[in-house]
Amino acid sequence: MPWRLLRYAMNPAHPDGRMFSRPEKLRNRYDVVIIGGGGHGLAAAYYLAREHGIRNVCVLEKGYIGGGNTGRNTTIIRSNYITPEGVRFYDESVRLWQDLSEDFDLNLFYATRGHYTLAHSDSAMRTMRLRAEINKHYGIASEVVDREILRRELPMMDLSGGGHAPVLGALYHAPGAIARHDAVAWGYARGADRRGVEIHQQTEVLGLAVRSGKIHAVQTSRGTIETDSVLCAVAGATPRILAMLGLTSPVCVHPLQAMVSEPVKPWLDPIVVSGSLHVYVSQSARGELVLGASLDPYELHSTRSTLDFAEGLSAHILDLFPFLSQIRIVRQWAGMADMTPDFSPIMGKTPIGGFYLDAGWGTWGFKATPVAGKTMAHTIATGREHPLAAGFSLERFRNFALTGEKGAAAVGH
Amino acid sequence: MTGERLPPVQGEWIDRETPVCFSFEGKPFSGFSGDTVSSALWASGQKILGRSFKYHRPRGIFSLANHDINAMMQSGGVPNIRADITQIRNGMELFPVNTWGGLSRDRARILDHLSAFLPVGFYYKAFYGKRLFPYWERLFRAMTGLGRVDFSQPRQFTAKEHDFCSIAVVGAGPSGLSAALSAADLGADVVLVDENGHPGGSGHYQRGGDDSQWRTTEALWAKVLAHPRIRTRADTCAAGYYADHWIPLVSGQKMTKLRAGAVIFAMGAFEQPAVFRNNDLPGIMLASAAQRLIYRYAVRPMRNAVVLCGNSDGYRAALDLLAHGIRIAAILDFREADGSGSSRRVQDLGVPVHFGKCIYEAMPTADGKGVAGVRVARFQGGQALAGSGLEEISCDGVAVSVGWAPAANLLYQAGARMLFSTTLQQFVPGAFPQGIFACGRLNGVYGYGDRLQDGASAGQQAAAFLGYGECGPRPRFLEAAGPSHPWPVVPHPSGKNFVDLDEDLQLRDYANAIQEGFDSPELLKRYTTNGMGPSQGKHSSMNALRILAHYTGRAPGETGTTTARPFFHPVPLAILAGRGFHPERHTPMHEEHVALDAVWMRTGEWLRPEYYRSAGLDRAAAIQAEVRSVRQNVGLIDVGTLGKLEVSGPGAAEFLERIYLPRYANLKTGMTRYAVMCDEAGTVLDDGVVARLSGDLFYFTTTSSGAAGLYRELVRLNTLWQLDCTLANLTGAHAAVNLAGPKSREVLGLLADVDLAPASFPYLGVRQGRVAGIPARILRVGFVGEWGYEIHVPSSMGTALWKALLQAGRAFGIRAFGVEAQRILRLEKGHLIVGQDTDGLTTPFEAGLDWAVRMDKPFFVGKRSLQILSRTPPRQRLAGFVLESPLPGAIPEESCLVVQDGSIAGRITSIACSAACGAWVGMAMVDRELAAAGTAIRIRLASGALVRARITALPFYDPGQSRQKEVPCD
Repeated sequence: MPWRLLRYAMNPAHPDGRMFSRPEKLRNRYDVVIIGGGGHGLAAAYYLAREHGIRNVCVLEKGYIGGGNTGRNTTIIRSNYITPEGVRFYDESVRLWQDLSEDFDLNLFYATRGHYTLAHSDSAMRTMRLRAEINKHYGIASEVVDREILRRELPMMDLSGGGHAPVLGALYHAPGAIARHDAVAWGYARGADRRGVEIHQQTEVLGLAVRSGKIHAVQTSRGTIETDSVLCAVAGATPRILAMLGLTSPVCVHPLQAMVSEPVKPWLDPIVVSGSLHVYVSQSARGELVLGASLDPYELHSTRSTLDFAEGLSAHILDLFPFLSQIRIVRQWAGMADMTPDFSPIMGKTPIGGFYLDAGWGTWGFKATPVAGKTMAHTIATGREHPLAAGFSLERFRNFALTGEKGAAAVGH
Repeated sequence: MTGERLPPVQGEWIDRETPVCFSFEGKPFSGFSGDTVSSALWASGQKILGRSFKYHRPRGIFSLANHDINAMMQSGGVPNIRADITQIRNGMELFPVNTWGGLSRDRARILDHLSAFLPVGFYYKAFYGKRLFPYWERLFRAMTGLGRVDFSQPRQFTAKEHDFCSIAVVGAGPSGLSAALSAADLGADVVLVDENGHPGGSGHYQRGGDDSQWRTTEALWAKVLAHPRIRTRADTCAAGYYADHWIPLVSGQKMTKLRAGAVIFAMGAFEQPAVFRNNDLPGIMLASAAQRLIYRYAVRPMRNAVVLCGNSDGYRAALDLLAHGIRIAAILDFREADGSGSSRRVQDLGVPVHFGKCIYEAMPTADGKGVAGVRVARFQGGQALAGSGLEEISCDGVAVSVGWAPAANLLYQAGARMLFSTTLQQFVPGAFPQGIFACGRLNGVYGYGDRLQDGASAGQQAAAFLGYGECGPRPRFLEAAGPSHPWPVVPHPSGKNFVDLDEDLQLRDYANAIQEGFDSPELLKRYTTNGMGPSQGKHSSMNALRILAHYTGRAPGETGTTTARPFFHPVPLAILAGRGFHPERHTPMHEEHVALDAVWMRTGEWLRPEYYRSAGLDRAAAIQAEVRSVRQNVGLIDVGTLGKLEVSGPGAAEFLERIYLPRYANLKTGMTRYAVMCDEAGTVLDDGVVARLSGDLFYFTTTSSGAAGLYRELVRLNTLWQLDCTLANLTGAHAAVNLAGPKSREVLGLLADVDLAPASFPYLGVRQGRVAGIPARILRVGFVGEWGYEIHVPSSMGTALWKALLQAGRAFGIRAFGVEAQRILRLEKGHLIVGQDTDGLTTPFEAGLDWAVRMDKPFFVGKRSLQILSRTPPRQRLAGFVLESPLPGAIPEESCLVVQDGSIAGRITSIACSAACGAWVGMAMVDRELAAAGTAIRIRLASGALVRARITALPFYDPGQSRQKEVPCD
């Protein structure tokens, strides 16, 4: 029993105050306004205050903090991407993640579990090899493993893939991890709040005012705020915010669904992903199996669930783990993923002065939370793009300088 | 058996003629057919059914309504069996899921004494030191979870069926039965669903000591059964609601997907617990659980009861207890008065009733495994007035009846808006989406007669919605007294007053979480984990909202609610999965390949021969033999997996001009041309061959993997373009082979009625004729770099064609070859494979296909992007390379990196040992600066070692193309 829990038993009253305050009033002006109180927005606020001393910052959240994709994803963290830009960026994120619990004094349950991406075809094996080679080049622990190793490490798995999708091998990525997603938002919120950032929940952005090509004010459901800098970090709502400014981006919003089982005693330590079977699975600290699959194949701004998703995902998980037949699914849900054509994010400046974008996070945003916050804070504070985010500018779509991550991001969130 | 079984009860669900024997923790038990695990154990005097999730406290029967999560069992390999709803079967060997060493001596019960150290969210507050976290995590993982999965359990394949009806009625309680009857009487075809094996809902077990309502309910059921337009589905859970009235009905081992014209939800309400110290002791249960025990299973819930009331339903429950010989020590009512007839009857029977009183705490028995009595406090102004000298009442059980929460999960999923009614003190539907209706307690209507009327009215309304009859406004019902107490919550300094029994959450956990800033319903839920257990908040969400509102000075209606999502009750993976759907495609010649001992390769849905086993040859040698046969004699490969499309009509040429990069308007009839297309971003998407069969008729092929998606995309494009042409997908209708090699013309000459002389059938020509009497389209193309013919015939003739060609070729040394040999052959010719030598961003300029891009066309897909891209030289180029000798010990694999000055400068896309070239040859996507022939490059092996190679002009084999164009000479 760690000593720090003693004080809860010793104190007659609960000794902890609010993790983050609920400020009564919006001020008239902030140096930076961040739209979106998810992990990314809160992380940007945290690093603005911590690293750059910019504390006159407010975060505007339409609902409650962490209630969007931060609280809806399947919490997988990894850096085994396929482009050098992606690999370096996500690798820095993994490094930040590893220290985050201690930074926050909040246990994020950041658990390094190892991550297998199964290959069922020789073309998938080629992709796995390429990822392994590029990862190794940048010092990241990824390797291609064969069936024998899989048989030893995951003896319970059906390597025939239900008889119709034999597993040929896998990409094994030892740093693959999971974390408690909600706590990430709370940790950043607490850290930002303590440094003077104001977090305004139930505050909706209704409009953005631009004066001579530069951002000037933010209209909210609770009044207007003047500011020179706005960061938009709203995931699936990105097109709606951009429409307020007449900006366009190649973002298409698709629902991404997931589901979770009843708790069972832990039996699955690593994270297992199969792109061909459209399934990924990990077991949470509570013993639940957290299951996900690929995007819904059409654009839709909705977080509704569909039955065919649950049916398809269930069939595929049983192809790999047939003994789960009687395990029950408790809940399914959905988030809105802002997809880009090259499966890389859009970060940095926009044609509107002072308006910064942190978007296009599709299905890979959670794992990037720390590094996205850190690099966006750098860009806002210094006016210069962070070198790690150089491959992710909005301009790249005009310049055909895409950062193609489809081979590594499509299903293996 | 200590004998808690009652004498026969009217309407009981058990069959006393059929005893059932099972074991629990290794000890033998018996019950009757129809008993659940819980009722059978309770009847036998077993009152501890499980241990709780966090503190490992003993728990018994709580709801008996599918949310007794602490009474979960393991039987053999099946975990998480819900004891409260699962019927016993002979031979079951049950063990509780969450104990360390058995129910009685659970070693983890020490956690109950450590609860002061485990405040809400304690696991966020410690254990995070980087060094020790892995240790703590292992400990947490050892403690967590419920049942145990058994790796030897088999995959279960279950059936799925579809059903359709005008009106689905979910819930066969009084209002649901009434709704089904009224809708069916008006002509609608009705499906009535209930999760229980017996109908009636609360009409069966909430009798108030009087069977008349039950008899009425039974009579309604008889009418339902006799009704020609009502189909009933018992033992069936409506597990979710999806768009357009699409409802998965889950029963036993099957899912029925029901599409309804309208849906009436009549799922009733979940009874809610009161919050007081030790409210979780075995013996303390919801009043409805006690009533279920009595009327469904004829089991005595307790012998000496205290009834805790916050509504009049508690008095009706008391009458049910009294009617079955259960002594009631006292009735405690949170309220100051109750004007109901039931209350008067109870008092007339001499039961002491204490108004304005609550249970301050329940007293455990000496062994801590049951309830010995309760301490009673005055309850005034929403507060318990605790103090010394509280009255104690001995009892062995408490029936709690303080309120209800609508079973509104599916209503939420359907998009109904719920409003908080201050009169009822609970949520009621405010606005309904089209075609969605609710009745009964779910609709805020509680009186028995009112529910029947409300159901009938909902049935009429739903029928009218579908055009059956007409319907006036729905009647309004006024409840004399709210069925739910606004604040059935009693704080206690020592806690253990549980709000969520799945998660062992006490009242103070909520107060503390709110103090820490988690003051909206979703945040509170996520921080405390309220409602995140297997029962998904069925007994805890409502009280959590009351507590949140109470501590934040708001009304419950102002806090909002959390979102309800599928499923209503959890659904096994096997039921959702069904049989699975995994189409596997075979070409028409599949059996011929089997006969030739093919080794199969999966390419998408297709099975293709990778190579053919050959006596005395290993894989590599067999493949090389196939390659040699093509280069020296003649080979035959099944290429039936290629996409085969036909476009016809005056706009056909224009259509092809738009989708592909090259020109086709000028393609002569009887000729073919390579085809490559891009997407709008200028990325190479697919390639193939276009053949012009006549002025307005083109036949063209696509890659095997691209075929299905491409056809869909082309149809989409022409829907936009509206060109005067028709697209047909002949992929499955045609079989195709490639006959290739220097002797291919001689072989085909034996069978074809087409003039094969080079002058009349030149390279890249296409002819229609007969091969072995089979109508065929013959394309003279050279993917493998030899004289060759691609022959397309109707699928039904594929096998005949294959056999005829092999037969005719025998004298020429013909050999069937597979995909691997073809890959080597095409690599020697420097032909790329889209998707292998290109990736999701490769442009035609990078792929060396510059020559195919015809910018002089007014439009083609990707033109604008390619125009922009063409202004700057490509960053990388696809180039050929040859491994330098001496050869390294290990040969690089595809995807190995090309490195230059320590940086990544490219990757290998293809590599093979070429006998014809006497070298290992390959293609690599390399930085532009390295792409010139003669450049030395270094390739890094997976081991890290570097291998030398030299960039070489493509193709490696027969650069003058003389072998595919000239007459081969022997």
